[in-house]
Amino acid sequence: MSDMRQSSWKSGLPFSIRVIEVRDESRSARTLMFRRPESDPDVAASGDAPDFNLSGFVPGQFVMVWIPRLDEKPFTISYLDDRTFGITVLKRGPFTKALHAMNPGDWVGFRGPYGRGFSLSAGGVVVGGGVGMATMATLIDRLDKPKILQGARTADELLFLDRFPGMDISTDDGSKGRRGFVTDALAELISADRPAMVYACGPEPMMARVLQMCRDRCVPCQASLERFMKCGFGVCGQCCCDGRRVCRDGPVFNSDELAGLASFGRFARLKSGSKVGIGAYHGGGKGE
Amino acid sequence: MNMKTDRIAAGFEPDLSVSLAGIRLANPTVLASGILGTTKALLKRVAECGAGAVTIKSISLAPRDGHANPTILAFDAGLINAVGYSNPGVEEACREFSGLSDVAAPVFASVIGTHAGEFVEVIGRMEPLGFAAYELPLSCPHTPGYGTMGGQGTPQATLEITKAARSATKKPVFVKISPNMPAIGEIAAAAREGGADAITAVNSLGPGMLIDVETRTPVLGFGMGGVTGPALRPIALRCVYDVFKAVDLPIIGVGGVSTGRHAMEMVMAGATAVGVGSAVHAFGPEVFGRIVGQMRALCLKLGAERLSDLIGAAHKQQGLP
Repeated sequence: MSDMRQSSWKSGLPFSIRVIEVRDESRSARTLMFRRPESDPDVAASGDAPDFNLSGFVPGQFVMVWIPRLDEKPFTISYLDDRTFGITVLKRGPFTKALHAMNPGDWVGFRGPYGRGFSLSAGGVVVGGGVGMATMATLIDRLDKPKILQGARTADELLFLDRFPGMDISTDDGSKGRRGFVTDALAELISADRPAMVYACGPEPMMARVLQMCRDRCVPCQASLERFMKCGFGVCGQCCCDGRRVCRDGPVFNSDELAGLASFGRFARLKSGSKVGIGAYHGGGKGE
Repeated sequence: MNMKTDRIAAGFEPDLSVSLAGIRLANPTVLASGILGTTKALLKRVAECGAGAVTIKSISLAPRDGHANPTILAFDAGLINAVGYSNPGVEEACREFSGLSDVAAPVFASVIGTHAGEFVEVIGRMEPLGFAAYELPLSCPHTPGYGTMGGQGTPQATLEITKAARSATKKPVFVKISPNMPAIGEIAAAAREGGADAITAVNSLGPGMLIDVETRTPVLGFGMGGVTGPALRPIALRCVYDVFKAVDLPIIGVGGVSTGRHAMEMVMAGATAVGVGSAVHAFGPEVFGRIVGQMRALCLKLGAERLSDLIGAAHKQQGLP
């Protein structure tokens, strides 16, 4: 009975934090760095215990990022140490443009982290496509020298080349690394070897191919999905993919779960809840 | 103690089924509108978790994006939301909610409109589908043009819209009312006069507001929103108690229920069925099965063979208003 009392009720309000540093990561991606409120003496001095707390963060989880008077959207944590954290943002719509326009001292609200992250196992291959690489960064930090495959359209969209030396790079136009898709590199790798786990985040068609390849070769995989989110904690039904709540049951799903999702790689829902093809969803229709 | 042994000792298995406006529910729990009701797959999941009935997220004639995020937040005593009735519109809803017999519990359609004619049109489009009843939330506190912000919460508007909806269908019509009205019985009576088959009491309370101190800004995208969850529970209970006294219609009691004991309070205040929504935040969709298990245990403890015998039980006490 005790677990059914209100002690399970969790407050999850946004907490506003100032930008402390801005870094350009690529032609179109920028990182905003923040001080973790748990390590901020000013936060403690005001008697606050913010709901936003990254101490239990698991790679693959997300946070809701709020720009007052504009909007709030889910992002991954791409940098995390004892004192600071960062988000890496691809410029694509009004919200991400507003994040790109921020300077040190500007306020951004955070709540979370939310969702189920990656389940870490020894060994494995990390596959990041486009800004999906931002999701993989904290995972790579925690894995022991994983093999990393990164794909992007062109060289100037690649992320973290200095942070993670030795990545296997693919670009669509061949401007850096091999010419082709990151899935080609993965196909080659898993035909030669059978990794203990494949972790993937990127455009959903890419992840759908990764899943297919891994299932064909009996390699376990996990992939992180992206959907339009509202509550972020599993009550509103906005982000559901079939019967799964991406925000709470995911956003990371394993091979078996993904194989059971008829909408995976095919459909997503816009802000109104309208179901559209995944291409139309990513083509800028998602309320940005 | 082992529950099975309990039942044998008690000599009976409590009957939790209820009849709500002629609809049989295996147990009184109902998924409240606006929580997890966006797709048939989610309704199926909630029914499999044990809900006695499920309600879809409200549908309007045309698609609506709703308010900007943040739209739903958890605070220390509940949820506050201003979703703004985002929904894909009735045309897509008819595709999404076809084949409702896949869902292992009756499905209620929540229908919204800016005037009586829109309710009629949406209901008309949904009539061929397998919905068991329609719910009219004339009481949303945070969407311009709808609910209390659209003037739909007055006795006169409630009567007019209920009448129109009543003429559009032979299925049961539920009217969902606001906890904000001191004379909530008058609204319930207007709904009854309009031909409502049941009252859903209550919608979210407020609107309320939360402010981010650092940026001196209201946190919800719409600035203010309806309050649900634990903070609403005692108010919702009193509203159900008042409505039970005011009209002889079955009531779906909604507001802050997350345990079997909470649900039993609702039944004793006068509810035939019990809506559950915000509790999904704390306990997941599995909350339905847990509430039902706890209600069964409470029936055993109280010696109640049929839950329906306890509806309105709190009214039998002398000396209360």
